[in-house]
Formats: sequence, structure tokens, C-alpha cells
Amino acid sequence: MRTPLPRWLWLPVGAALLFLVVPLVGVGVRLPWGRLPELLSAQASLDALSLSLRTCFASTAISVLLGCPLALALARARGAWAAVARVLTMLPMVLPPVVAGLALLVTLGRRGLLGASLSAFGVEIGFTTVAVVIAQAFVSMPYLVIALEGALRTSPAGFESAAAVLGATPTYVLRRVTLPLLGPALASATALAFARALGEFGATLTFAGSLQGTTRTLPLEIYLQRETDPDSALALSVVLIGLAIVVVGGAGWLTRLTQTSEGGPSERRRRGRRADVGVPDRAGAS
Amino acid sequence: MTVQETTTATTTATGATGRGVRRRASARGARAVAAAAASLATCVALAGCAPAYGGASPSAGGSAGSGQLTVFAAASLQKGFGEISQADATQEERFSFEGSSTLVDQLAGGARADVLATADKATMDRAVEKKLVGEPTLFATNHLVLVTPSGNPGKVTGLNASLTGKRLVICAPAVPCGRASQKLAGELGVKLQPVSEEQKVTDVLGKVTSGEADAGLVYTTDAAGAGDKVDTVEIPGAEKVINQHLIATVNGAPDPQGAQRFIAQVTSPQGRAILARYGFAEPTASATASPSGSAASASATPTASATK
Repeated sequence: MRTPLPRWLWLPVGAALLFLVVPLVGVGVRLPWGRLPELLSAQASLDALSLSLRTCFASTAISVLLGCPLALALARARGAWAAVARVLTMLPMVLPPVVAGLALLVTLGRRGLLGASLSAFGVEIGFTTVAVVIAQAFVSMPYLVIALEGALRTSPAGFESAAAVLGATPTYVLRRVTLPLLGPALASATALAFARALGEFGATLTFAGSLQGTTRTLPLEIYLQRETDPDSALALSVVLIGLAIVVVGGAGWLTRLTQTSEGGPSERRRRGRRADVGVPDRAGAS
Repeated sequence: MTVQETTTATTTATGATGRGVRRRASARGARAVAAAAASLATCVALAGCAPAYGGASPSAGGSAGSGQLTVFAAASLQKGFGEISQADATQEERFSFEGSSTLVDQLAGGARADVLATADKATMDRAVEKKLVGEPTLFATNHLVLVTPSGNPGKVTGLNASLTGKRLVICAPAVPCGRASQKLAGELGVKLQPVSEEQKVTDVLGKVTSGEADAGLVYTTDAAGAGDKVDTVEIPGAEKVINQHLIATVNGAPDPQGAQRFIAQVTSPQGRAILARYGFAEPTASATASPSGSAASASATPTASATK
């Protein structure tokens, strides 16, 4: 049982909550609810929604496939090179999206570092849906890696060590011990990456362009609709907010579900400690 | 620091009763933190009330000319207005360069500005309709041209068959330059098949200068601004779709006199000479007279574009 927070702290707590929530309430108040079905069923809106979902699933899949191994490696890495690798991994996270887009453009664009050679082989990425997926994966993968790495660092190494002592190969340990234990963290890290990809705007605009059904995702459609029909932009914003709530909320629910079915984190920690007996625990010191 | 001093003072004053002192000091500390938090909350609340875009705009009560003038101008005017602003040192302007409709939306949303300059008439009409600005003045025109990356690698010769299989980038129909592009395509009886419809004409230009696109439809002014990074291909008949730039004082401007002064500067011979260097044409008498612009003004504007 935690000690209760001092009562005065509720003042900034309330201010913080208001600060974050009031703008969303503003959207709800200004929204022309009556026109909502009509606004959302416009072909341009449907195209944007469908494109956003398809590209986000693709980019999140890439993030998981490439980000998981990177997180595993970073969690164990020590020393200066690991620190450098960690900073480089985090960089797309803190870069302004336009910079990310420019970076992709000068790398994968027609005259880019790699794009020029690709172009010679007839492969051109710019203005295609692939460019959207690349832009989304580039900016969202770091979120997955950082979230997973954090979870990996705090998880006890007891089970893994026990399995290894009992003769399991590294692949077997990864498949049967590390990854199952990582489940809840992976779910929330994936949701974070998905949500970030869903909101991706600047890099897409800079690198992929904007064409209905091909590269114009929901955020780009909202930006464009704002030019002529602010109501429509608001309606689409609500869709984006709703999707984000589903993704982030769903991941939280999933995490809690898996934790309770495994006996909760405290239970797991206790069991983990028991497994430590007789096994040198590498993470014990940290 | 203040908290620390108080604690020391109390300790020396009360002497031996250590426990009580400590409790009182910590209570004081807590109160101080609470006060700090409260003042922080007030700051946040106040910042929330401040104008979203005109943070440093002169207050309404300030004497005219003393503060900065806030000018909302279309992105295409960036270089021209920048130079006009520098030419006159008596007044300082703060610019927000954005797409014209974005600027009008911002004004409608309560942003504070003194001057609005749009890159097309329809958007200025919208601002007038919403009573956001006063009587607008026509100050410059331009028209669309095709630009290609320098050297014209895609061998584009105009809005014709040379574009087949090439990457053409234009503005989205929702924005002024996109509307103009649609109108021009309609006039010429061609169907455009762009690979991307950008939000801003500068984004179209960016796609061309970076070599991503083979051709882009931009204004003469954008082509002039890009210099030798692009090759310009004049489109025969492009002068039929003249684009008008209008400027007006924002209603309720913090500094209306300053706004008038800036508008006078832009429309002065000196201002027009500067704008001409950036590819703008002077508005002709007929263009000023005709409300819808295009056809009448086009015949009166001398252009060399019908050559090739």
C-alpha cells in the first residue's frame, strides 16, 4: 500500500488533467453532430480512413518485426556503443516530423543516397503508398523500441537463466521464456507505435506527397479539409481521436488482462525470485 | 531559497524544541510549494487566454507605430514582403506566411493581426464576407507556369502528351493554386493526372527542386524565386487564368494606421518594383475594374508566354 499523496497535489493534478482534456471537449462542443454521418461517408474521408488503417498496420508490423530484436539487443548492450545506438534509435522520436521527412527524402528520394541507385533499377518510392509506410515506420519504431527496452531492463532475468542452465538454446529461451513474459509490454509498445503511425503527418507530407487513396492519410485529409470545410476536418478529427482511444485503451486493457491471468506483477516477481535460487542472476545487481 | 531562510530563522528562534520546529518548517515549505503550484496554474491559464498567433502583437492601447505590425500573408509573398519590410526601417513587421485560406481560418478563429494579404481573390472575398477585413486592394498578379528540375530530365514541354508517364505535382483543388490549376486545365481542355496534390504551392515547388517530381504547376513568382534550381516552361494560354493578390486591413487591427502604412508601402512604385523582381506583375486598370478578373485583364496584360 502506497502512502497517500499530500492533498495540495490535487491542484496541479486537476490543472494537468484540464489542460489535456479541455481541448478534446472543445472539439466535441464545436462538432456538427448532425452532419457527422454525411461528412464521414464522403468518399475522400473513407479513402483516407482506409489508407490510414492499411498503412498503419503495415508500418506497425515492420516496427514489431525489426523493433523487437533491436530492443532485445539494446536491453543487454553495455558500454559506449550501446549508448550511441540508443541515442540514434531515439532520434526519429524527437526530430520534428518535417526533418524526418526531409531525411527520408534525401535518402530514399529519386536523387537520394539510396534512392538514386534504386531509381536506376526502376524502383521509385516517392509518391507511393510504400513511402507512407516507410515514413510511418521511421517515426513510430523508436516508440516501440524504447518502450520494450524499458520493460526488458526491469524484467527479472531469473527465468531466462534457469532455462539456459537447464540446457535451452538461446532461440528456445527467447521463444518460450523471454517473449511470453514480454507479452503485455509488447502489446502496449505496439499500440504506442500504431498510435504514433496513425498521427504521422509531417514526414508523410514531405516525403510521400498527398493524393487521395494513395498517400493522403487521415491527418493529411484533415489538414486539407480544413481549407474548405472546417466542419469536415473536425468530424475526421473525431475519428482519429476515437481510433487513438481504442488503440491506447485496448492495449491497456490487454496488458491488465494478461497480468491478472498470470497472477499480477507482484506475484510474478515473487515467483521470479524463487526461480533465482541457485541461478546466478545477471540482472540482480541492477 | 525563501523557504530555506524561514526555516533557519525559526530554528534559531525556538531553539531546543527541535521536533515542533521541523514540523512547522515543513508545513511552511508545503504551503510555499502549494503557492508556487497555484501561481503556475494561473500562468498556464493566462497563457491559454493569450492570442494564439499574435503573441507579440502590439497591445490595442499602445501608441501607433511603436510596436510590431503583424502581417498575415500568403506563402508566395514571403520574399517580396520581406524585402519591402526591410526597405522601410521606421516600422517593424512580424510575418506569418501560410496558405491564404489557413490565414483566413486563423483570423476567423480569433488570431490577432493587422494586415491580411491573400494569393487569390476568392479567399479574400471569404474574409470580406466574414467581416474579418476592410476594403481590399489589388496589388499584384501572377499566373501559372510549369517548372521542371533544372535540365528538364523528364523532357516536359507543356501541359501536353510530354507529361504521359511523368510525375506531375500540382496543388490540391481545395487551395487557391489548385483551383487555378483546375481552371487552367479546363480552359485548355486537358486532364491533369498528378502523382500528388499538395497543400501549398511551395510544397509543389519543393517536390520539383528536390527532383522527386518531373514537373509541377506553380506561379511565375515561385518559379522566379527558385532561380536556376528549376527550368520554367511557359504554358500557352496560362495568362487566361490571372491570379490576383489582394491586401486589406484586418478589422479590429491593434494598429490600423500601421496597417495602412504597410499597405501604402506595398502598393507604392518602390513596393511594386520589389515585387516585380520576384515574378509578380502589376495589376492593370482593367484587372482592377473587372470583379472576376481573368479574361479581361489577360488581354490587357502584356505577356511573352504565347511564344512557344
